Amino acid sequence: MSLSFDLNTVWFLLVGVLLTGYAILDGFDLGVGAIHLLAKTDEERRIHINAIGPVWDGNEVWLVTGGGALFAAFPEAYATAFSGFYLAMMLLLVGLIFRAVAIEFRSKQPMKWWRQFWDISFSVSSVLSGLLVGVALGNLVLGVPLGPDFEFAGSFLGLLNPYALLVGLTGLSLFVMHGNIFLVMKTDGALQERLRGWVNRHIILFVAFYAITTAATFGFVPRMLQNLKDNPLGFIVPALAFLAIANIPREIHHGRDFRAFLSSCCAMAGLLGTYGLGVYPNLIVSNPAFENSLNIYNAASSSTTHGIMLVMALLGMPIVIAYTVSIYWIFRGKVQLGAHSY
Amino acid sequence: MDLELLSRIQFGATISFHYLFPPLSIGLGLFLVIMEGTYLRTGNPIYHQMTRFWVKIFGLIFSLGVASGIVMEFQFGMNWSTYSRFVGDVFGSALAAEGIFAFFLESGFLAILLFGWDKVKPRTHFIATVCVALGAHFSAIWIVVANSWQQTPAGHHIVEHLSGPRAEIVDFWQVVFNPSFLDRISHVYMGAWQSAAFLVLSVSAWYLLRNRHVEVAKAGMQIAVFVALFSSVMQLVTGHGSASTIAETQPAKLAAFEGHYHTAPAGLYILGWVDEGQETVTGIQLPGMLSFLVYGDATRSLTGLDAFPKNERPPTNIVFQTYHLMVGVGFLLILISGLGFYSWKRGTLFTNRRLLWVLVFAVLLPQIANQLGWFSAEIGRQPWIVYGLLKTADAVSRSISVGHVAASLVTFGFVYLLLFVLFVYLLNEKIQHGPDQIG
Repeated sequence: MSLSFDLNTVWFLLVGVLLTGYAILDGFDLGVGAIHLLAKTDEERRIHINAIGPVWDGNEVWLVTGGGALFAAFPEAYATAFSGFYLAMMLLLVGLIFRAVAIEFRSKQPMKWWRQFWDISFSVSSVLSGLLVGVALGNLVLGVPLGPDFEFAGSFLGLLNPYALLVGLTGLSLFVMHGNIFLVMKTDGALQERLRGWVNRHIILFVAFYAITTAATFGFVPRMLQNLKDNPLGFIVPALAFLAIANIPREIHHGRDFRAFLSSCCAMAGLLGTYGLGVYPNLIVSNPAFENSLNIYNAASSSTTHGIMLVMALLGMPIVIAYTVSIYWIFRGKVQLGAHSY
Repeated sequence: MDLELLSRIQFGATISFHYLFPPLSIGLGLFLVIMEGTYLRTGNPIYHQMTRFWVKIFGLIFSLGVASGIVMEFQFGMNWSTYSRFVGDVFGSALAAEGIFAFFLESGFLAILLFGWDKVKPRTHFIATVCVALGAHFSAIWIVVANSWQQTPAGHHIVEHLSGPRAEIVDFWQVVFNPSFLDRISHVYMGAWQSAAFLVLSVSAWYLLRNRHVEVAKAGMQIAVFVALFSSVMQLVTGHGSASTIAETQPAKLAAFEGHYHTAPAGLYILGWVDEGQETVTGIQLPGMLSFLVYGDATRSLTGLDAFPKNERPPTNIVFQTYHLMVGVGFLLILISGLGFYSWKRGTLFTNRRLLWVLVFAVLLPQIANQLGWFSAEIGRQPWIVYGLLKTADAVSRSISVGHVAASLVTFGFVYLLLFVLFVYLLNEKIQHGPDQIG
């Protein structure tokens, strides 16, 4: 399949950009949550939460907007995926709800049991959300059974297949590494030293999963390579992802935390870009019965809607990105606990 | 229980829970702009304390709005995927616009609002407050566009697609300014301002009764008594506008509001009970009043439910009751805010303990009216999910089972119950703690 830059492809890219934005931004929130319980004292845990405190709900808007954009641009894919993955979506929602309120509620009361409960909630819900996002991605790579009516024809347990679980764990380990690096960047003193000590372990963990997933994808889903074989130029994307990943331990070694974090962001973008190149132009591959797959053409809304939405995105997103960057700039530097902190 | 009914219960329960919070965020957004603006203009530390206190309350309310809001976006696809396929072209763009133009603004600047006090200059902080308030108001625009299009679809055509017919946009501005949009968004805004005004009145009245934080309470009450009276009176105006539009666009809904079965000049019930079997209403009625309100002519005929086949009529009694209760509560709010304003004029507002006690509990009334209003609007649209185009029964997901929905309904039920208890507990804690001295 050769790339053609019609509106459908533009929207494939834009939905991809929004969801990649979500993965990068909420990815470090989820990662912070996943390693939250490794911090032992109340002050350290407060630092964890306050590191993401000002930004986490803005980060989650990337998911809301990405979901809205998928709904608008490819309603058939949105409808099939959300109803088909019903129980998984419900679990994801429960995870996202608990994570949101755990951050808000935790430091509102001094009781030890109260804080313990919300710390555990924050951590478990972050792990659950991160894992589910990866499992969903794994299933989209592998393909899920769709009927001739393009409705999901599988079962919840079918979604928990070994390959999808592998991608889920890979995603989770990526979030853990990403969140760990973010925390190193936002902390200082003894806590930072401890966090720095964990980074290498988490990098190794992720790289191991990444290698296994890549091998498994080569072996079991050769379809994912077809676009790259047809357009060898596309290999730049996975190559960049690889270089970005390889660069992370180097930057950490030299103590350049911000550059390590940027590399981790680039790695995420590269990996999701590789996914996009692999599945294009399909959105939900049907496996078996490939002819029932939903792609950017049969799942699309009208070109009028694609056009209107493109105008909205071009008007709105540059402003969004400008003030998001400004807000991150205002909250740069190490976390200081103060009167307004969680 | 069937899939449609369970899915409707779940959607109704989750949206009702969610809708406790956005009206407060919208209304408190307005209050924060007024409070912080007054502080910047006058330099009076009372307004500084007040702003900081209400920002904390806002933060708590906002987080519950976010947590319960994301469920809504997912549920269109999860439970109503056939609906989503039908409306995605129109409805999806409104949701995406809400993200791009409202949620990013609101959530982004919330960081500065909550945590930026010492990081930015006071003026920059105020700009952030304005952006959060604008974001909250913008989000209502897009979701009301989407819902109003469901009530009074416009600017679309029906096209055969992959899995059946669907609506596609022809004219974007006709979709946005569909016939019921302006009436409904103004009604929603006034309801939101009422919610926040009565919350500020309630908390301030409580402080005055307990003789705590007296200065902050008095100054807050002064702002709130204006907003409460203005929004309560305007609610009557915008409500009238909505009802008049409905006479043209959704006659079955208006007929259900008043239990108006037979096409003829229509009266207005003060109270009543609908016997759906006998198609009669027992109650106190002002004859010809509804026709008068809609057309300015008490003798003009209004379309009755008899113009619609039985399977295209909304469940009448529940729509009648929720609508009348909403109107009743609305008048009560005008009365209470009018009394508040009158006492303020006479200089007795802060000492009239009986009125202060009324204000403490009146906080529940706008919430009740908002809920009842949405119940009558949404149930009044039945059996249609998109009026005249798609029936609710045909909108439910095809790939889910009763077991799925039962599981999620029970799960959401437990989670929301927990959240509600915690919300009330923490809100109460914050109120009891009160504004901090700033020194």
